[in-house]
Order: sequence, then structure tokens, then C-alpha cells
Amino acid sequence: MIEEPTLERVLQRALRTGGEFAEVFAEDKAASNGLLDDGRVEQLSSGRDRGAGIRVVVGETTGFAHTADLSEAGLLLAAEAASAAAREGGGGVREVALTRTDVPDPSPVAVLPDDVPKAERVAVLRRADEAARALGREITQVTASVGASRRRILVANSDGLLTADDQVRTLFSVAAVASGDTGMQTGRKSAGHTMGWELFDQIDVEAFAAEAAQMAVTKLRARPAPSGRLPVVIGAGSGGVLFHEACGHGLEKDLVDKGASVYAGKVGELVASPLVTLVDDGTIAGEWGAFAVDDEGSPGRRNVLIQDGVLTEYLWDFLRSRKDGRPTSGNGRRESYKHLPMVRMTNTFLENGDTDPDDVIAGTDHGVYVAKLGGGQVNTASGDFVFGMLEAYLIEDGEITEPIREGNLIGNGPQCLRDIEVIGDDFAFGGPGTCGKDGQGVPVGDGCPTLRVKQLTIGGVSA
Amino acid sequence: MTTTAPAGTDVDELRAIADRIAAQARPGEQVEAYVSRGTNTSVDAYRGEIESLTQAGSAGIGVRVIRDGRTGFAYAGSLEEAIVAEALAEARDNLPFAEPDEWAGLAVPDGVPATSLHVHREAVLATPVEDKVRMAIELERMVREADPRVKGVRAASYTDAEGAFAVATSTGISVGGRSTIAYVSVSALADDGDASVIAGGMSVGRAIDEVSLHEAADDAVARLLAKIGSTKPESADVTLILEPRLTATLLGIVSGMLGGEAVAKGRSPFADRVGEQVGSPLLTIVDDPTNADSLGAEPYDDEGLATRRVPLLQGGVLQGFLHNTHSARRVGTTSTASAARGYSSRPGISARALTVEPGSGDLESLLATVEDGVLASALGGIHSGVNPVSGDFSVSVEGVRVRGGERAEPIKEATLASTLQRLLLDVSHVGADVEWQPGGTGGVTLLIPGVSLSGR
Repeated sequence: MIEEPTLERVLQRALRTGGEFAEVFAEDKAASNGLLDDGRVEQLSSGRDRGAGIRVVVGETTGFAHTADLSEAGLLLAAEAASAAAREGGGGVREVALTRTDVPDPSPVAVLPDDVPKAERVAVLRRADEAARALGREITQVTASVGASRRRILVANSDGLLTADDQVRTLFSVAAVASGDTGMQTGRKSAGHTMGWELFDQIDVEAFAAEAAQMAVTKLRARPAPSGRLPVVIGAGSGGVLFHEACGHGLEKDLVDKGASVYAGKVGELVASPLVTLVDDGTIAGEWGAFAVDDEGSPGRRNVLIQDGVLTEYLWDFLRSRKDGRPTSGNGRRESYKHLPMVRMTNTFLENGDTDPDDVIAGTDHGVYVAKLGGGQVNTASGDFVFGMLEAYLIEDGEITEPIREGNLIGNGPQCLRDIEVIGDDFAFGGPGTCGKDGQGVPVGDGCPTLRVKQLTIGGVSA
Repeated sequence: MTTTAPAGTDVDELRAIADRIAAQARPGEQVEAYVSRGTNTSVDAYRGEIESLTQAGSAGIGVRVIRDGRTGFAYAGSLEEAIVAEALAEARDNLPFAEPDEWAGLAVPDGVPATSLHVHREAVLATPVEDKVRMAIELERMVREADPRVKGVRAASYTDAEGAFAVATSTGISVGGRSTIAYVSVSALADDGDASVIAGGMSVGRAIDEVSLHEAADDAVARLLAKIGSTKPESADVTLILEPRLTATLLGIVSGMLGGEAVAKGRSPFADRVGEQVGSPLLTIVDDPTNADSLGAEPYDDEGLATRRVPLLQGGVLQGFLHNTHSARRVGTTSTASAARGYSSRPGISARALTVEPGSGDLESLLATVEDGVLASALGGIHSGVNPVSGDFSVSVEGVRVRGGERAEPIKEATLASTLQRLLLDVSHVGADVEWQPGGTGGVTLLIPGVSLSGR
């Protein structure tokens, strides 16, 4: 994307006003999207965003500028703008010599989506639409989309680091609306992986679409969600978002340092049921939050955050680890070249327990079974979290019975971790997620086995 | 520190780029170019120092080509000539893969005159960076020193931006405009037993002299201190008291359900209900981007039509929907100039300046009438707990219980549930205290009885 001597000159220019550290992050992202809605392939769109973000650090202050102009002149201008914040330090010339490091890609791509003919890319949308509508007359609307992106990044910094990554992600999703006497209900399903078009080797498009449609139809006969505190069984897969919200965000070192986390000062302490082992791992081949290097050029890593209930580690980016004199954990990420990196999760998941998942349900007298969780959010300072139930059922006398309508589940992170009573042995990764923090979205994965929480508050209307 | 102001965007230059693309339409083709450019300065302060200072600009173009009812779209994050030409070529290349749509078509000039709106301030570009830095640092200091219970500030920032755009089509549209915005925001922390509480405040205007550090700081500190000692409430049916900024949130959700595309595609519970009573007789809702009081005010929509006043609910009776060109053609009406987009997507539909016609009283006078209620200070989980198709509504709530017309204990870890349809019908009082929110919506205090509060 940018020649090595140019990068060296840009970094030198960025340091000229006394900066201690300078970095060039360049990105070239091409994306395409096919969308079918209302029975018609509405569009195939494509686009490209390319540019560089330059940051200069002096003490605790960071200067940042970005530009879509990757010429040397454009980069030098951005370097000067970024160095404006570092005015106090002495000037002078600091030589920067870059050494290229290649990190093996954990997610090799078999078929680049761009190499697949456009007609073939939109054909899967048609198949999904037909299969979803075939489920029955109740299905009144179907949306299917297939998106692919290729994000090439390059990171060079004044410590001499020069590295790159090539991230290919493919996303397929189907959403259906079912209509009945009780109004309309929705169902949806998405699959997203850090891989190429071979995603469709592992998806049965028709069965996938029918599943989304079935969710909508099932919810037509759903009764209002109960209200108040109940035992909750979370199904394997999408329930991983619970850990992302209940605890993951609170382990991000930038929030910990600012006193905005309930987990500050708790390393080495028992913070969860001893059944809980929680991992964040950016190296899992094909998962939505996987990469070779993070957006600061550090290789992805497997980090055990909670081991048998004991808090073992936080998540770190370059600035936080530099301040504390330790290595980064490979969690410095950013939405694009237009953003500063910060501490972010990758693929966050709860490890397997040893109980048969059927026994987890059978052992629940009266409660709620959440087959599919939607998005959530957390207040890291208090630990209070909320997330949506996309597909949920009542559990009565140890059996899953009636479907219930959508609603939110709320709880408190530290309390919820202590309240995990039993964990199944059926681990699965959930769907692809986009995690938002301070206005930046990044792709993340999550996963968990079936588990039961002693009680969470269900935001329903019926007593 | 450099103090050179970036040059303001030349709208004519953007229009020239858009015109040049639109002029390349071949026989049988319609071509539209949407071009945008923006610059922004953002300062974060922490413990009396600059934590980060960002100065940047960005630009992009989105191109639509329509032929035989098929639409091709492509975008690029650059206005370099070669890249712009590639976007046009790529849009043409994508076109054959879309299926014909009899309602596909670009906006055509409709004779509605644009309202002259003063939405751009030279001050955003002329103010030295040092002054912007001082705003963030001063805001952080004010909040830290406001009360001994404030233990820290998570973030204090000043941001301003100039955005400019132009749209041109081969159907005769060629418009452009630019606007500015400036805001300060702060979030503060306090200890509360084993955990902490956090609360934020902000102030928004079109330039640095239109934002108030005091307003942001006072709001953050008052909200923070009110949260200390919150507990989980007993479940109950209560009267929900929505302050103006949360009413704005509710209006935003409702307006999404009144979007013409959702309606045409059978995804809105309000489809086919024009002329029916869908809300309380007290509720009159309009979207009026020609109202300069709103930060969402704009003379043109993102397809280049002049914005206009769109009545949505009149005395609770549904008047109509928000449309862009495509959704309007589909349901046989005219666009309400509600097209909204960035350069990387086709036009969607969005309200810009929603408001509720004021009733009477303000938050305090209405609260005094509530026997058993909850005054909400924050609603959470809106993206996961509110379904705009079914109308199911379930959100987490923080706030304070109200009994006998007085504030009682603060609450947290609770949810409010209902349906959006019910909430609109059940509004029992509309305040007169219009407050314009950062997103462009003007909220008032609302009272809504009979909402389920779930807690213990």
C-alpha cells in the first residue's frame, strides 16, 4: 500500500515536534453487498475506502489525523496535523528504521468473494427467499443479504514495527416476518466468518432460511413474557453475548484505569462461580473476531480472563500496556483508519462444563429458556447489563413449553457470574456480532455451552 | 500547536463533481451522484491534560445508475477523479444483477422551494484549536470539582465538524449545502457501595459559542448524584414519566415505524392505518426540517428535494408516512423529502426534526400530579428490546420512583414493558416544555400510565 522509505519519512516527520511514539495505520477496504427484499434482488453494491490514520504520542497525550490521500505529500500533511498535540517536547530528527514482520494468518481464505461471479453471489439470495416463503402462508416478508469484505491493513511505527494483515469476512443473513391474528413477529439468522466464499460450503442455504422463518412463525403463538426474577437457561451459542456484556467490557483496561469498571483491583480474586472459565481469543480460525495482527500490529492471542472463577487477566492495547510496562494482549482495535484504536474484545467465550444440556433444562423447575439472545449493552461502572431475547420459551416442570414474546433480560455482571449454577458440555460459537464502544463498531465473536443462571430479571408484562 | 484553520468546503466544487457524473448518463440511463466532504476536530481531556486531539477530513461519493428498472450502486471514500470514475463504472457493472423494480427512479424537481436556513457557522473553522482544547479541559475540571462525591471523569470532550454535500441527477436535480455542529459531552463517576455509578451530560449547538460548559457539567453532575443509592424496585404497574430527552428517544423509534419503505413492505404495524386513531388525542407529531430551532434542520434531503413540514399524527390520528422517492412511487404518492444517507449507501428514510405539539405544564408540574410512578432518567437495551415490526417494547430503566407527586427512592436494575402501540394510545398528558435534543428531535414531558415495571 505504501513504500517502506515513505513510511520511514512520514514517521520521522510525525516525531519532529517531540513525539515519543508515532504510528501509521493504513487501510484498504473493499466491500460488496447483495440484498434481496420483498421478493426482489434490490441491489448489488460495492465500494472501497482507503486511507491512513497517523498518531503521535507524547506522555499521556495522543495526537491523531487521518487522510484518504495515501501519497507521500498527503501522509506528510497528516503527520504534521497529528504532531500538533505534541508541541511541548523538543524537536530534532529521530531516525526510524522499519523491520518487516509477517504474522501467519489464522484464517486462510479458500475462495475470495471477488472471484465468485456476481450472478452466483445473488443466486443464494433467491434460494433463501424461496425456502423461507415455502414455510407457509404466514411468512409475509423476507430479507436476505450476503456481504463480503476484504480489509487489508498495514501498521508501521517508530519502534521499527512493520506488519500487515489481509482480513476477508463473509456474512449471510436472512430475516423473515410472519403475520397472524396477533400481529407480526420476526425471525432472523446470520452466519458470519473470517473466511471467503467457502462459507457456503458449510451452510445449507435452504435449511438456514427455513430456520429464520420458523422462528417468526413460532413467535406468532408466543405469549407475553413473564415479569420479574426467574431462573434462566441460556442455550449454547448466542448466549456468549451474556459474557461479552456481563464481564468482558469490564475487563477492558482503559475502562479499568478510569475507575469505570466493577472489576478494577480484582485480579486474583474469585469473581465468578468456580465453574466459569472465560477466554478471549483472536486467533480462532474463521471466527468473526479473528485476525493475524490487531489494528496496532500486535499478533492476536488467546487470553484466559477467568480461570475456574478466578479473575486472571484484563485486556490491553498498546497505550495501556506501554503505561504499565507489559506486553499488549493483542486487543488494540479500531473501526477504520478514521478512528483511534482502543481496547476491544475479539472472540469471547465460556468454556465447556461437564453436564448434559438436557439435564440442565430438566433440572429447572420453573424458568425461561433463551434459545437465542440478541444484542445487549452494559454499564461497566455498575456492572448492570441488558440484552434482548430473540427466541425464548417457558420452562415448566423441567420441560420447555410455550414460546414467549421478545423482551429484555437484565442483571448485574458480577452477580450473574456468581449465580451460574450449572454448565453444559455442548459448546458452540454464536452468530457474528458488531460490538460498539464509544461510537466505533468492530466485528466480534462469542460462544458458550448451555448454562443456567440462578436468576435474572425478565422484562415482560405478565405476572 | 498549529492554528491554521482548514479551508471551508467549497460546495460549488462538490456540485461540479456531482454534475459531471450525472452528465455521463447514457441513453436509457438515470444517473445520480451524491458527494460529501467533512472536516472535524475532536479533543478529549483527562486529568487536566489533552488525552487525544484529532483533526481530520474525509470525503466520498456514492453513485446510482438505473436502467430498465434495475439499480446499480457503488461508492468510494475518495473524490480523486480516477476513483470517482471507477465508482460510476462499478455501479453500471452491478446493475444487471439487480432485478427490475417498476418503482425504481431518481428524484425529479417538484417545484417545492427550499427554505433558507442558517445552519453553517464560519466560527467552526475560524476558532483556533487552542480554544477548543481549553473547552474540553475546562469541562473536565468543572465536573471533577463540582462535588466531593465525583470521583472521576471517564471522558470529557469537545467536538466540532463541518459537513457539506451535493447531489446531482440526470433528471434535473443539482443542489448542495453545508452545515456545522459543535458539542461538548462529559461522563462522570461516583462511588456507590461496591460499585460505581456513571452519568453524562452534553450541550450542543452549531459552533463553539453556542455550547455551554455549565449546561453539560450541571446536567452530568445532577444525574450522577441522583443515582447514588439506587436499588432494585418492587414490580408494579406505574405511570411512566418521560422527560423531554427520553420522549425524543421514543419519537425516534415511532418515526422509524412510520417510514414509507417499512410500510410498503408490510413491516410496520401502522401500515393501512392512515385516518385511524393510533395515539392519544393529545398527541400531534410532525417532522419539520424547515424549523431552524432543530439541529436536524436542512434545506434539502439527500436526494436533493427541498425539505418540508410532514404531519404524522394529528390529535392521535395517523396522517401519513415519511417517504423518499422510491417508497413514494411505490405507494402512489409524492416524496416527503425524507431521504437520508451517507455516501456509502442508497437513500433510506429518516425523520430529521420531529416534534410533539406542546400541551401544558413542565416536568415538575406534571410530576406533582403522579400518585404512583417512575421518572425515567435512562432507558437501556433499546436496540435489542424494542421490535419495530411487532411493536414489542421492553427496556431497562434507571430513574426515581414517584409517590404522591414527590420524588422517592432512586431505582436501577429494572425494566419497563409494554408495546409501542399501547404507549402511544395511553399518553395521558403532554407537557409544554419543548427541549431540542442533539439528534434534532424536540421532546416534551409525557405521562403514560399503566406501564409494567419489573424488578424484585
